[in-house]
Amino acid sequence: MQNFVHILSKLPYSKPFLFVDHLHSVDENGVEGSYTFPGDSYFYKGHFAGQPITPGVILTEVMAQIGVVCLGIFLLADAQHSDIDIALTSTQVDFYKPVLPTETVIVRSTKDYFRFHKLKCKVEMLNSDGELICRGAISGMMKPKKYA
Amino acid sequence: MQTKEELIETLKKIVKPYVQDEQAFENVTEDTDFIKDLKINSANLVDIALDVEEAYDIEIDNESMEQMLTVGSAIEIITKKLAEK
Repeated sequence: MQNFVHILSKLPYSKPFLFVDHLHSVDENGVEGSYTFPGDSYFYKGHFAGQPITPGVILTEVMAQIGVVCLGIFLLADAQHSDIDIALTSTQVDFYKPVLPTETVIVRSTKDYFRFHKLKCKVEMLNSDGELICRGAISGMMKPKKYA
Repeated sequence: MQTKEELIETLKKIVKPYVQDEQAFENVTEDTDFIKDLKINSANLVDIALDVEEAYDIEIDNESMEQMLTVGSAIEIITKKLAEK
């Protein structure tokens, strides 16, 4: 498996809000990666009380971090810079199956377009049985800080 | 070739779904600023540019995009790009 540390090291997140474990493939048209939800993740204490299920908003965040931010970092890699300004601008996601603590999810993203600093992707999440968990469209603005 | 008034009408149709300030939209002039007046966010301004490209079969370059902040500047850019075709 290729080492994508040059992308992962530029992710502007840390625990408990880093939701990328591995990238499996990246090219100019898309990205695939995975994340395993630790059973002691903070949100399971309250979502839901006594019945831990991964919140949809967190699934959306996983899709955004792997599917949009990692791809954006890759697409901006040619430019000479290290810092990138990032803003989530829209999400439209449909959910099909729940994700329980300790599950591993795979995120696949396909670039719709990346123009004028806006990256829009079609993103889907699968569980380890290959079943569809959620799918949608996510957009964000990504631009090098020096041009800000 | 559309007249300026026709261009503005077409542009208004493209812009409408992204507008957050309906009152400002009703009183659009060439000086109307997409972000400051119509409260459109920068991401949706990109969508407007892409919709304009499709509607007029033109390509908006990065430099034009940076200038495309008002209704008037958008009309100027569309007119210029159409003339270059």
